[in-house]
Amino acid sequence: MLIQRPSDILPSEITPRTLFEERRRFLRDAGLLLAAGALGGALPSAEAAVTAAPKLGPLGASPFSTSEEKTPYKAVTTYNNYYEFGTDKSDPAENAGRLITRPWTVRVEGLAGKPRTFDIDELLRLAPLEERIYRMRCVEGWSMVIPWVGLPLASLLKQVEPLGSARYVEFVTLHDPKVMSRLPVLDWPYTEGLRLDEAMHPLTLLAVGLYGEVLPNQNGAPIRLVVPWKYGFKSAKSIVTIRLTDKQPATAWNKAAKHEYGFYSNVNPQVDHPRWSQATERRIGEFRKRPTLMFNGYAEQVASLYQGMDLRANF
Amino acid sequence: MMNMLQMPSRTQIASIKAALFALCLMPALRLALGWQDDTLGANPIETITRASGDWTLRFLLITLCVTPLRRFTGLNWLLRLRRMLGLFAFAYGCAHLTTYVWLDQFFDWTAIAHDILKRPFITVGFAALVLMTPLALTSNAWSIRRLGGRKWQALHRSVYGIAILGVVHYWWLVKADVREPMLYAFALAWLLILRAWWRELERRRQQAVPPPVPAYKGRVIRIVPTGK
Repeated sequence: MLIQRPSDILPSEITPRTLFEERRRFLRDAGLLLAAGALGGALPSAEAAVTAAPKLGPLGASPFSTSEEKTPYKAVTTYNNYYEFGTDKSDPAENAGRLITRPWTVRVEGLAGKPRTFDIDELLRLAPLEERIYRMRCVEGWSMVIPWVGLPLASLLKQVEPLGSARYVEFVTLHDPKVMSRLPVLDWPYTEGLRLDEAMHPLTLLAVGLYGEVLPNQNGAPIRLVVPWKYGFKSAKSIVTIRLTDKQPATAWNKAAKHEYGFYSNVNPQVDHPRWSQATERRIGEFRKRPTLMFNGYAEQVASLYQGMDLRANF
Repeated sequence: MMNMLQMPSRTQIASIKAALFALCLMPALRLALGWQDDTLGANPIETITRASGDWTLRFLLITLCVTPLRRFTGLNWLLRLRRMLGLFAFAYGCAHLTTYVWLDQFFDWTAIAHDILKRPFITVGFAALVLMTPLALTSNAWSIRRLGGRKWQALHRSVYGIAILGVVHYWWLVKADVREPMLYAFALAWLLILRAWWRELERRRQQAVPPPVPAYKGRVIRIVPTGK
C-alpha cells in the first residue's frame, strides 16, 4: 500500500515552487540569450519573482503524506469551490481578496471543560506545523494532491478538554455579507460537522497554509478543516467557531439536498451521488479518469471508524 | 439603404450568411485555441463540456428567436438564416456529446450506458440530441418537398420539446446555484408563451370572421316547372 509509506523527502529539502519555476525560467531565458549570442547582459535574478505570500516554517514531515505528484500551485489556487465568493470555479480566486484574515479568532465552545477563544497566531503555536500532502476528492468527481500546512485538529480540541457527553463537533465558518455573496445559494453561514472520533483522528487537519506558504484566501484562509477521506465540501473554510455538541450538527449541503449529501460523506466509489457516478475521478492535470479509492485511499487509517455501519445508508 | 435592410439582394444575403457562419464558429474557435494554449483553466475538459453545452442551448434559443424577430421587425429575409442557426445548435450539441464520450469518459461504453440509463440529467440531454438528429437531416429543400410543407413543419415543431429537454438537462445537473439554468428557462418560456399567444390570436381572428355562406350540401332540390 502506498498510503502509510513515510515521505522520504523532508519538506525543507523540497525546492520551493517559485524557486524552481524561477530556475526553469532562468535556464530557458539563459538559453535564449546564449542562442542570441548576447550572453553577459542582464540575467534575471533568482529572487525576482517570489510570491508575496509569507513562508511558513520550519515544517515537520508527516508519515501521512502521499508521494504522488502534487497538483500545481496555480490549479490549487484558481480552481476552487468557495460559494460565498461565487459559484464558478474561478470566482473565489477573483473575489476572495476582499476577505480580511487578520485579526482572526476561533471560538471553541460547547461541551468542553475549558471553552475559550483562540487568536489565530496563538493557534499557529499550539503544535508544530507539519506539511501533509493529501489527496483531495471533490464530490463533483475531480481530485487534487495538495501539500497542506497545518496542525492536527486534535491538538486544539485537547486544549479545551471535551466533556464525556461531547459526541460531535460543529464547525461554523465566516459569513460576512460585506465581502461575501448575499445570494441564498446555501443557508449561510456554511456549517459542517464531524463525529468526535473523526475530529480527533490524527489525519484530521486544521490547515493554515499550502505549498509552504500562508493559505490563500480562496482556499479558506486563515484556517480551514481538511478531512482527506471525505468529500471536499466537508473540509469547511475560514472557520470562526468550533462547537462540541451531543447532537449531530446540521451541515450546509445536507440542508440544501438531504438525499444527495449525507452527514458522513466519506469518499466511496460504490455509493453514487444520485445524479452522477462516484466510481472514477479526474485528477486535475490528467487527461484520463482514474478509479476512486475507498475512503479516498485512507481506508487503512479510517475504515475502523465505521465498523459495522451500513455505508450505503450512512452516505 | 432602407431597401437593403428590407429586402437584401441575393448576393447581400450570401454575404450576411457568410458573416454569420464565421460568427457562429467563434465559440468553437476560442475553445480550440484555448486548448492549444492551455488557457481553459485547471480543468479544460470541464470547460469544453460546459461551453459546448451552453452554446447548444444558446443556439437553440437564438433559432427560436428568428420567427418573433421577423414578425416584430417585418424583415422576412431573417427566416433565411434560421436553418444555419439550427444546424449550429445541432453541431454544438454533437461537439458536447463528443466531448463527453471522448474527453470525459474516454469511450468507456459501460460507464456511458450506465450514465444514459441511470442519470436522469444525462438521459434527458441524450434524448434531446437524438431528437435533434431528424431535424438536422431534414433541414433541406429536398426534404421539405419530399415530406410536404405541413408534415415537415409538424416534424420541426418538435424543436420546442427539444429546447425544454435541453433546459431541464442543465437544471438537473446544477448543484445548488440554479440562476443560470433559470435564465434559460425564462427565455424559453417567453418564446413559447409568445407562440401560444399568437396561436390564440389566430384562433380568435378566425372565429371573429363571419362564417362564409354555407355551401349547398346534401341533396340539391331542383325545382322543375311542370308544364301542363
